[in-house]
Amino acid sequence: MSVDHFDEAGAAVQAALDAGARYADARVMLRRTETMSARDGEVEDLSSDESAGIGVRALVGSSWGFYAVPDLSDAAARAAGRRAAEIAAASARVPGPKIDLVPAGAVTASWASACEIDPLSVPLSTKGDLLVAATATARDAGADLAEGIYQIWDTRKWFASSDGHRIDQHIRECGAGITASAYGDNEIQRRSWPSHRGQYGTRGWELVDELALTDNAARMAQEARELLTAPLCPAGETTLILGGEQLALQIHESVGHAIELDRILGWEAAFAGTSWLDLNQLGSLRYGSELMNITIDPTIPGALGSFGYDDEGSPAARRDAVRNGIWVGVLAGRDSAAMAGLDYAGSVRSDGWARLPMVRMTNVGLEPGPHTLDEIIAATDDGILMDINRSWSIDDKRLNFQFGCEIGYEIKNGKRGRMLRNPTYTGIGPKFWQSMDMLSSESIAWGTPNCGKGQPGQIGHTGHPAAPARFTNVRVGVRG
Amino acid sequence: MSAELDLAGRVVELVRRVAGPGAEAEVVAVHSADALTRFANSAIHQNVAEATTTVRLRLHLDGRTAGGSTTVTGINGLESLVERTIAAARLSPPDVTWPGLTPPAELRPDAGFDEATAAASPQERADRVRDFVDAADGLETAGFCRTSYTSGGFASTTGHSAQGRTAEAAMDGIARLDGADGVSRHASGRLSDLRGVPMGARAAAKARAAGRAIELPPGRYEVVLEPTAVSDLLSNLATFGFNGKAFAQHQSFAQLGTQQFDEKITITDEPLGAILPFDLEGTPRDTLTLIDGGTTRAVSHDRTSAAEAGTTSTGHASAASRSWGPIAVNLQLAAGSGSGSGSGVDDPAADAGTGPTASSARALVSGMRRGLLITDFWYTRVLDQKSLVITGLTRNGVWLVEDGQVTTAVGNMRFTQSYPQALGPGAVIAVGTESVALPDRWSGVRFTAPALHLSSWNLTGNASG
Repeated sequence: MSVDHFDEAGAAVQAALDAGARYADARVMLRRTETMSARDGEVEDLSSDESAGIGVRALVGSSWGFYAVPDLSDAAARAAGRRAAEIAAASARVPGPKIDLVPAGAVTASWASACEIDPLSVPLSTKGDLLVAATATARDAGADLAEGIYQIWDTRKWFASSDGHRIDQHIRECGAGITASAYGDNEIQRRSWPSHRGQYGTRGWELVDELALTDNAARMAQEARELLTAPLCPAGETTLILGGEQLALQIHESVGHAIELDRILGWEAAFAGTSWLDLNQLGSLRYGSELMNITIDPTIPGALGSFGYDDEGSPAARRDAVRNGIWVGVLAGRDSAAMAGLDYAGSVRSDGWARLPMVRMTNVGLEPGPHTLDEIIAATDDGILMDINRSWSIDDKRLNFQFGCEIGYEIKNGKRGRMLRNPTYTGIGPKFWQSMDMLSSESIAWGTPNCGKGQPGQIGHTGHPAAPARFTNVRVGVRG
Repeated sequence: MSAELDLAGRVVELVRRVAGPGAEAEVVAVHSADALTRFANSAIHQNVAEATTTVRLRLHLDGRTAGGSTTVTGINGLESLVERTIAAARLSPPDVTWPGLTPPAELRPDAGFDEATAAASPQERADRVRDFVDAADGLETAGFCRTSYTSGGFASTTGHSAQGRTAEAAMDGIARLDGADGVSRHASGRLSDLRGVPMGARAAAKARAAGRAIELPPGRYEVVLEPTAVSDLLSNLATFGFNGKAFAQHQSFAQLGTQQFDEKITITDEPLGAILPFDLEGTPRDTLTLIDGGTTRAVSHDRTSAAEAGTTSTGHASAASRSWGPIAVNLQLAAGSGSGSGSGVDDPAADAGTGPTASSARALVSGMRRGLLITDFWYTRVLDQKSLVITGLTRNGVWLVEDGQVTTAVGNMRFTQSYPQALGPGAVIAVGTESVALPDRWSGVRFTAPALHLSSWNLTGNASG
């Protein structure tokens, strides 16, 4: 990079130390985003945004403070460092336990995500033509409403800490998707491609090219219309086969959030919630069946939760979260890990320079199994196949969930049968995962660009490798 | 002239200079100073503040439209914003939906704002947290105290300009005992209205009453919803039902002029004093009556959705409204007016009474023969947008009520319920007489609600599945 901002980050850190902090870190971040949406063959909105600033975190005694400004001058950086320390001192009015940080070696490094086609360099007319063509195709094929969207994030960040870190990263992310809706008398059915919000990754525009949006648009419209007259998903207990996209969200909600150490420690109790997991059971608790192997892996090339270093300077590293069904790992930061008596961190990120770094999912995924979806269907006498998320809801301990999908299919005697509309399923996390008895090898790292957490709110980008899987005795067909 | 209005005006001049007199441009500059002191395990664990100025430009040039924003507000950053947005507009496909710029219009009288709240210190927020923690008297506590200040300026190539300022304070906390939680939550334009002692005591009273919860079978139950739960109804109605884009695209239940709700239901949007007095298109904000005595009267529009629906903007444009639709964020459900049903507590923020029931719901609970008292809803998501069927869970306390008395705590339950149906004609037994202002997770989003007594709520599962 021709220009770096280590000087400003370092000045902020030093100012915080001078103001009484025993540890400080600072992130200078420059982010460009571009979003275009289209509807029924017309571009609906186009926005190109730029954000730049510095966020400083200071630890005074055992109290944290954070301050952020969109000003990269040396004076502003130093003022921000002092202000962060002042806020930390105010935190001490309601003090907590002693805070330690797990050791992190002083790293000087530079990292960039792989990118074949810079998404910001692709002409807007080309990107617009894609969304116009895809949505027009869906509309012409019978959709009452056809929508498409792409999003691009180009983030450069410079991280410095009083532990000696000097790390710069350049992460490019993008993705796209389309949705076709069909209107009935008093309901709306929709089909989305390739997933309910599109597919996203830390890749260039080649990712969007691979999605073949226009090629799949007509089918989405036809299926949405067909759903209007399809029979309702029956209510009761049955064998459930989930497609990979829906299973990715199931992992996100009922595993990823549950293994966040800040939730387990109660730091999110009032808002996002806690977790049903108890650290005393780490290493012994049965989370799921033997087929369940969940990894935390920010090193997966191109997945949306990938990076070189997290926002505390910890290097990306693969780690087990669930091995052969047993819970063995968590998503952690340097302070939460120390508090829990663990020796690893590496899962802390912030949604831009103005937000406090906090424990977030990276890529939390299910290792593939031995079967194919066709084999799973062939082995199922009576069940339902559901895919593509439509709604999601889970309790504050990450136990009781209910998901709705866009489309379902009856499975009878090993064959895919009638289409089913409004498929839903509900359950309790560990009971559900322990019922997983078949798992496909057809894994895709689905990207979730809209993970909300924290106060003030932060939007996280996470990845979830997942393949179709089968679950037994699941309650389906819950309706209002 | 505020610094933000000056900034917006300078960007308009830059656009004229670079793109020529034919360009149509609207510019909003907003300075926000947000601070949030967060606590968990009865200690402050996160304490953050930021001060940001964002300039947002939307440009229509030769039939094509583009928008952009920047937080880099020096001359180089502003020139980059203008050049980038002009380039984007020139390369964009034609925009046949461009609704034109807002003509010059007078703002409603300035509602004013509280300087002390705008300038609140981290010590003032921490003191309220300390009071909340102490008042919980040994119970584990968690939550936040937030203050925010916003100053905004709008200018466009039509010559229309506007400016305004606002401040907000909010506090939201739980107390916990043996796995049971109680909550207290309030928002106000003044930090001085928020008092940690009664709020901590209220949350603790709920938590203490929530122990030894039983499980009830799923089914339809008569319910009293406390204001904290009612705010979720307002939020989802605003986002999916009264959303002008959803309405224009026939995805909303809303049918203007139709009695879709119980006659006891009147809902307005009250943005003045809560957020800036104009929207991102410069349209003045004002009270908007959405439901009047059960009849749906309006939905919220920006200029694009209004043009599509053949009406005028209601002042609800946002950065995302062209994509996600214009959404009202200050809904107020009118309190009931029945005599003798009030609790006598004039200030809900000072409601530190013992027992599980908030003062705003006590009269309604006393009138329920058998049903559930529900404090809060959580993780509510749409199953069907047209009928607004929502699934979610209860949180922060549920109790069985028999013959007007709370008899036992109940474990959290999942529900699957059409919100308009729950409020439909004949479905509302009573509306509480006290309204409570409740914060959202985002600054400026504030819902004001009394308690509601509803004839039926569809609970579809309990905590164990």
